[in-house]
Amino acid sequence: MQKKRTNKPVPTLILGLCRSLWTVLRHAFVKRETVSYPEIKRPLPSRWRGRIVLTRDPDGEERCVACYLCSAVCPVDCIHLQARQNDDGRRYPETFSIDFSRCIFCGFCEEACPTLAIQLTPDFEMCERRHESLIYNKEQLLIDGQGKYPGYNFYRHAGVAISGKKIGAAETDMSPVDRDNNLP
Amino acid sequence: MNLIQWLLTLSGLALVLLVLFSIAALMVYGERRIIALLQDRLGPNRAGPFGILQPAADFLKLVTKEHFVPPFADRKIYIIASIIVPFTALLSFVVVPVSYNWWLADINIALLFIMALSSLRVYGIMLGGWASNSKYPLFGGLRSAAQMISYELPMGLALMGVVILSGSFSLVDIVSAQEIPFIILQPIGFIIFLICGIAETNRLPFDLPEAENELASGYNTEYGDIKFAFFFLGEYIGVLLIAALATVLFLGGWHGPWFPGAVWFTIKTLALIFLFFWLRTSLPRLRYDQLMHIGWKFLLPAALVNLMVTAVLGLFWMEG
Repeated sequence: MQKKRTNKPVPTLILGLCRSLWTVLRHAFVKRETVSYPEIKRPLPSRWRGRIVLTRDPDGEERCVACYLCSAVCPVDCIHLQARQNDDGRRYPETFSIDFSRCIFCGFCEEACPTLAIQLTPDFEMCERRHESLIYNKEQLLIDGQGKYPGYNFYRHAGVAISGKKIGAAETDMSPVDRDNNLP
Repeated sequence: MNLIQWLLTLSGLALVLLVLFSIAALMVYGERRIIALLQDRLGPNRAGPFGILQPAADFLKLVTKEHFVPPFADRKIYIIASIIVPFTALLSFVVVPVSYNWWLADINIALLFIMALSSLRVYGIMLGGWASNSKYPLFGGLRSAAQMISYELPMGLALMGVVILSGSFSLVDIVSAQEIPFIILQPIGFIIFLICGIAETNRLPFDLPEAENELASGYNTEYGDIKFAFFFLGEYIGVLLIAALATVLFLGGWHGPWFPGAVWFTIKTLALIFLFFWLRTSLPRLRYDQLMHIGWKFLLPAALVNLMVTAVLGLFWMEG
């Protein structure tokens, strides 16, 4: 069966054309939406996933405990680190590098991090002319501040023993139970 | 003609060429800015003051690119096709009178000359599509041939009305005859000429030969570097030509109060060019069958009726 034609009469069509012309002409007086980027920078959301940083705890020590979780979860394998342990029993990354030419800024590393050390910041202006310059080392990643989570110190919460803090000395811990005196 | 006359003629041609190229480049810039204005954007505003050097930057980029001919293309025709398009458009300007004593040539068959050149222009696009030897350019080239043949006919018939009223094919005589602009005596002819002119220059809403969404930019898909720039230049000079022709034929050319003739010519031409840009932002592209439908079933009969009415009325006019 032939499909029924639904052509509108010619005056209606011409009126439609004129209406669209008029609508477009009116937009000459509408405010332009373009933001002239390098001169005017729109504020980024605070949870923007941009340049990755390593933060420090309130005492100024590195938060990272070199657990390799970020490196393991990274879908593009752009995080490389080498763990070490210092004399008081704290683990820290000897080297830590992120290849931002591969990074897709998915934020999985931030979610995986148990110590809130690795964080994504609202900054995307990190163009380089050379590929190698996009590989950030620990010096470039480690910042002095605490990032998005001020006041958090992993070793004060976790039950890991380091020198100067025994097991049970953490903020939310109770002292370990003495097995010999634990009878009802 | 002696040597000095030859040199003068050649330097005049070079000057016209330079001016037309600059105008075409400025039109590209102007189009981008005007369309941006109508679409609430800014458009190119970085290169130079208000981005006015943008066409120069684009041109330099295209010139410094590798001069590449696809290995599957028909080499000679591929190169020649890109030259035909701006060549014919530029040549048409020889007969366009800018002011009452300011033109390059006053041929007594100027209108026929322009129609012939605009028919030759199809070869540039069609051969470009054909010589590229790949499917989308071929589609674009064939569509272009069909479209231009379909729209050349009503265009020529619309122009006949002007010829009847002025009694001459010479553009200078036609403008001189326009004590009243012919748009008042020939409104239908003007509309038909404008629609066909848009179709002839492959502008939206009739840009089927280079429909980006369907044909991946159509007949110039396989073109890059300076050869693409030639096509681009040809298109914009074509737009300028159609606007200038509509001014000369229907809007009274250099006639106008207060200002000198060239100023009036420029104002009218610029207004028509703005109309071209405005239509481009406003209207969606036609379907191919709609294009043919409008060309053959609407424009051609309208042009014929217009011609006949003009002929009969013109006959009484001349008798009386």
